Amino acid sequence: MLNIHVKRRQGNFSIDAAFQSEEVGVTAIFGSSGTGKTSIINMIAGLSRPDQGRIIAGGRCLFDSAAGVDLSPERRRIGYIFQEGRLFPHLSVQANLTFGMHLTDKKRRYVHFDEVVHLLGLEHLVERRPARLSGGEKQRVAIGRALLTSPSLLLMDEPLASLDDARKDEVLPFIAKLSQSFSLPIIYVSHSLEEIFALADSMVVLDAGKVAATGSIEDVVERRDLAHLIGYADGGVMLSTTVTSHDRTKGLSELRFNGGMFRVPQLESPVGTRVRVRIKARNVALALDPPRRTSVQNILPATVKDVFTDEGPLVDVRLDIGCPLSARITLSALQDLELKPGSRIFAMIKSVSVSHSAIR
Amino acid sequence: MNLFSLTPLEIEALRLSLWVSFWAVAMSLPAGILTAWVLARLSFPGKALLNSMIHLPLVLPPVVIGYLLLVVFGRRGVVGAWLYHSLGITLAFNWKGAALAAAVMAFPLLVRAVRLSLEEVDRGLEAAARTLGARPLRVFFTITLPLIMPGIVAGTVLAFARSLGEFGATITFVSNIQGQTQTLPLALYTLTQVPNGEHGAMRLCVLSVAIGIVALMASELQAKRFAKRKSG
Repeated sequence: MLNIHVKRRQGNFSIDAAFQSEEVGVTAIFGSSGTGKTSIINMIAGLSRPDQGRIIAGGRCLFDSAAGVDLSPERRRIGYIFQEGRLFPHLSVQANLTFGMHLTDKKRRYVHFDEVVHLLGLEHLVERRPARLSGGEKQRVAIGRALLTSPSLLLMDEPLASLDDARKDEVLPFIAKLSQSFSLPIIYVSHSLEEIFALADSMVVLDAGKVAATGSIEDVVERRDLAHLIGYADGGVMLSTTVTSHDRTKGLSELRFNGGMFRVPQLESPVGTRVRVRIKARNVALALDPPRRTSVQNILPATVKDVFTDEGPLVDVRLDIGCPLSARITLSALQDLELKPGSRIFAMIKSVSVSHSAIR
Repeated sequence: MNLFSLTPLEIEALRLSLWVSFWAVAMSLPAGILTAWVLARLSFPGKALLNSMIHLPLVLPPVVIGYLLLVVFGRRGVVGAWLYHSLGITLAFNWKGAALAAAVMAFPLLVRAVRLSLEEVDRGLEAAARTLGARPLRVFFTITLPLIMPGIVAGTVLAFARSLGEFGATITFVSNIQGQTQTLPLALYTLTQVPNGEHGAMRLCVLSVAIGIVALMASELQAKRFAKRKSG
C-alpha cells in the first residue's frame, strides 16, 4: 500500500498532496500539465525532496520529515518508467534490462528475466542497442528494466505520451497486464483520460498541486463538480460489466451490468471476463417511447434522477438504469420531453459509441 | 644519411617526448576528469576563481608558468623543498619536471573537453540509474563515464599533443638538457641555434608533423567507433 502526504514549494508553485493506493492495482494521477503530477512521483522515487511530509510504500517508510527519514532513490525499491524511456544508449537492450536486476539482492528478486522478456515480447530485441528500437519497443524495454529490479511499487510518468496511437495500442495491453501479473501497485501519471479509463482502477485528480478528488474511476468520472478538471466533453459514466455471451453471426457481445444487458461490437475477451465500459453522456439519447425500428442496439428503460441545466444550451440528465447513467441533450429536447425527476423514459446507446480502448 | 633511419639524438628526443607526454597525460587525466565534474556539476563559492586558475595556462605566456613552477616546485620552492626533503623527489632539471610542466600546460584543454561532454550528458539517465538501485559512484562509472568517453578521448589527444609541443614552460622550469629534458621542440630549437643545423631541424620538423597526423587520425577513428556504438 502506498500512503503519501507531501508538501513542497517550487518557486511560486506549491504542492500539498495526500493520497493512498491499494496493494494491487493501478492508481492514476490525473491532471493537466503543470499541476504537479511529475513532481509528486519524483518525490515518491526520491529524485526530489519534499519540504515536509511522509511517504510509505510497501510497508516501508521512505521519507518522513518529522522522523528525519529520507532514503536515497537506490534504496527505495521503486521502479520508475519515464516518459522518454531513458534507456542507456551505450548498453544493449540485454544490459539495460539487467542493469537494475544485478543490483537487486538475489533473495529479494521475484521478477525473473525470462518471464519479463516473454511478457513484454522482447525476445528478438535483446541484442540491439536502444538507438535501433522504435518508440514502443523502447518503452517496453524501459518497463522491463524497471520490473526486473523486483520493485514494491511501479511509477509510470506518461509512458505513452511520446508515442503515436499505433504505438500506444502496442504498449497499452502490456501495462494493463502488469499489475495483476506481478501483484504490484502501479502509480500511473497521465493527462489522457482514455489511457486512465483503459488501465486504472482508481484515480487521484490534481488541481494546481492539490488533490481535488480521489476514488474509484467510476465514482470520480461521475462527479459533476470535477467536470472542469476532467473535461466537460468527456463527461459520462463507467459501468462494471461481465461478458455473458458472444454472437458471432451478429458480431456482437453481450455485457451484463447491475440492472441489465448491454450490447457492444464483438470483443476478444472470453465469456466471464470483467470489462469496464465507458459511456459518454453525449452518446446517450433519450426517448419517451421505445423506438421500434432503429439501428440503436441498446434501449434501456430508465428513471430520471436529476436534471442539470447549468451548462447553457446543453443539459445533463442523470438517469437510473439499475446503475447511474448520464445523458447530454439540448435544452429544447428537455422542454419537448418535459423531463423531470421521476420521469420514466428510455435511454438509447449506440453500441459503436463504446470504443475498444474504453473496454478492459 | 638515410632519410628513414633516425639518428641516436633524434631517437632520444622522440623517446623522451613520448615518455614525458605520456606521464603528463596520465597524471592529469584523473585530476582533469574530477575537476571537469566539479566544474560541470557543483556550484560553490569560489567556483569562478577555480575556473580561472585552471585556465590561466591558456592565456599566460608559457614562460610565466615555467617561472612560477620553478618558484614553487624548484629545489628551494615551497612544494619542491618539501618533496625533496620528505620524499626525495626532485622535479627541477629532469624529465619529471618536464612532465609536470607539460601537464600544467595541457590541463585546461583536457578539462574543457571533458567538461563539455559532461554538460551534454542527460542527467535523466543518471536519475534513472539511481532508481534502478545504483549508488552515485556506480552511476558515475557505469553511466556517466562511458557516455563522456568521446570527450575524454578528445581531451586526451589534445593534451597529449599539447604536451608533445610544450616548449616555453619546459625550458624555463627544467632547462634544455640533452637526454634529461630535451624533448623534440627543444632539440629542434637547439638545432636552429647551431651552424649547419638546418637539415637536422627539418628532419625533426617532419617527425613532429608525422606524430601530429597519426594522433589526429587515431582520435578521429576512435570518435567514429563511439558514434557507431551509440547508434547500435
